[in-house]
Amino acid sequence: MLTLKSVHSYYGSLHVLKGVSLHVRAGEIVALLGANGAGKTTTLKTISGLLKPRKGQVEFQGEDISRLSAEAIVQRGIAHVPEGRRVFSSLSVAANLELGAFARRDHQAVKSDLQEIQERFPILRERAKQPAGTLSGGEQQILAMARALMARPKLLLLDEPSMGLAPRLVKQIFAIIRHLQETGTTILLIEQNARAALKVADRGYVMETGRISLDGTAAELMDHNEVKRAYLGKGYQEVWEE
Amino acid sequence: MLLQQILNGLTAGSVYALIALGYTMIYGILGLINFAQGELYMAGAFATVLLLTAYKVNFFVAFFFGMGVAAVLGVILERIAFRPLRGGHPLVPLISAIGASIFLQSLALLLFGPADRSFPIQFEFAALEIAGVSVSTLQLAIFGAALFFMALLVAFVKYTKFGKAIMATALDQDTARLMGINVDRMIAITFFIGSALSGAAGIMMAIYYNTTYPRMGLLPGLKAFSAAVLGGVGNIPGAIVGGLLLGVAENLGAGYLSSGYKDAVAFAILIIVLLVRPKGLLGGRSH
Ligand SMILES: Nc1ncnc2c1ncn2[C@@H]1O[C@H](COP(=O)(O)OP(=O)(O)OP(=O)(O)O)[C@@H](O)[C@H]1O
Ligand SMILES: [Mg+2]
Repeated sequence: MLTLKSVHSYYGSLHVLKGVSLHVRAGEIVALLGANGAGKTTTLKTISGLLKPRKGQVEFQGEDISRLSAEAIVQRGIAHVPEGRRVFSSLSVAANLELGAFARRDHQAVKSDLQEIQERFPILRERAKQPAGTLSGGEQQILAMARALMARPKLLLLDEPSMGLAPRLVKQIFAIIRHLQETGTTILLIEQNARAALKVADRGYVMETGRISLDGTAAELMDHNEVKRAYLGKGYQEVWEE
Repeated sequence: MLLQQILNGLTAGSVYALIALGYTMIYGILGLINFAQGELYMAGAFATVLLLTAYKVNFFVAFFFGMGVAAVLGVILERIAFRPLRGGHPLVPLISAIGASIFLQSLALLLFGPADRSFPIQFEFAALEIAGVSVSTLQLAIFGAALFFMALLVAFVKYTKFGKAIMATALDQDTARLMGINVDRMIAITFFIGSALSGAAGIMMAIYYNTTYPRMGLLPGLKAFSAAVLGGVGNIPGAIVGGLLLGVAENLGAGYLSSGYKDAVAFAILIIVLLVRPKGLLGGRSH
């Protein structure tokens, strides 16, 4: 469904992605792991069009989207939930959700989707009139994901959805992710919480300084010594003894 | 006397508020003070006056024509004077705005000459006496029209899809783009609306003072800027409150001190606000 072919991206003269290749098949959850500054967020920005790759290709459903604007890419069916939630803080919760469907023209369906999402996340209905900035961090994350779902995406890009949330909320977020997969949404997921990510994911990639250093099925990665040591929080000793 | 000054102040203030809305909306979305706002006010007035002089059209047609000319000019200005400079140092578009302001003023001088033009239509306005205060129906009409445009703008921003998209763009451009919002288009719409409001203000003042000339936008432009700062730049209700307060303050200053101090009051307020409450009365947006 999505294929990146040796993508190079820059911030000005700073070379951040140095030939990233990866793919996501329809219906999969793919985890993208890596240390801080590895270029995970930059990869998502390059897919959603906030950043244009200087070399390489981004293909979505057989079409090269690497030269399209972010607006056009949303319309192709890719929704990106950015790092740090980025809800429109002074706009109401309801307005945030409506803006998620900005690019859609099927107004009747948008209305029923809004109903459906508000039923699934009752908090978003209760707080509909409240400025989004007054929600708690967890509620804002749910709002950011719900807002992206309002675009009816085929592919959802999630950038650290569990960042800074209490364990109970992290669980809820992952339950939502799993549910989305069951309902047919394909997901590319960035997570600091590698264990939780690999639990829901089918496959995963590990990034290091702008390159993919490892890839495999979730089970393979979970079992990989390097991954265990660096991302699953086990010491050398434990890895060694296993 | 007091009531009289307040009333005169509200009339002038509602016009400042209209221009201030342009400043504040454009600042909100681009972080740019468009110092050519006063020239769009002048352009609106000239377009209406010239059309009415040349053709016998209905006043309202001429009014909307003037607003339209100002709006289109604003959009062109954004396209050629600001868009190419986006992403650079914030002082660069500011200098470009000042340049555009001088350019438009000189262009008007060249095209239309320095002379004052009176408004081509003579309206029959009655003077009413309400509670010992004399009010002209012209003042009421200006105040009413200004409030109408403000209400329209607030409703647009609050309740329409594009209004919300403009707010979203002002808050966070990248995330707005992720919603499928075309940021360039939102900026163009903002310039269109802000400039149309300034144009309307210019036309109303061209009727009120019965004069139209190339430099007519200079002082109202600067005062409206003060009004926007007073209310908090980037804040829409702030621009309205700031405009009205400024109008009232300067008329009280003129009435109780000396009419010579009228213009000084506006700028004294600007300086005091910047010193005491740099974010404005209702709080502005940082950019
Ligand atoms: N807007 C930017 N301008 C310049 N450099 C940037 C920008 N955003 C990120 N970078 C740099 O690009 C590199 C990769 O950043 P990126 O945000 O993609 O990392 P990440 O893998 O998402 O990290 P984290 O886990 O901390 O979110 C970093 O060195 C970062 O400093
Ligand atoms: Mg990141």
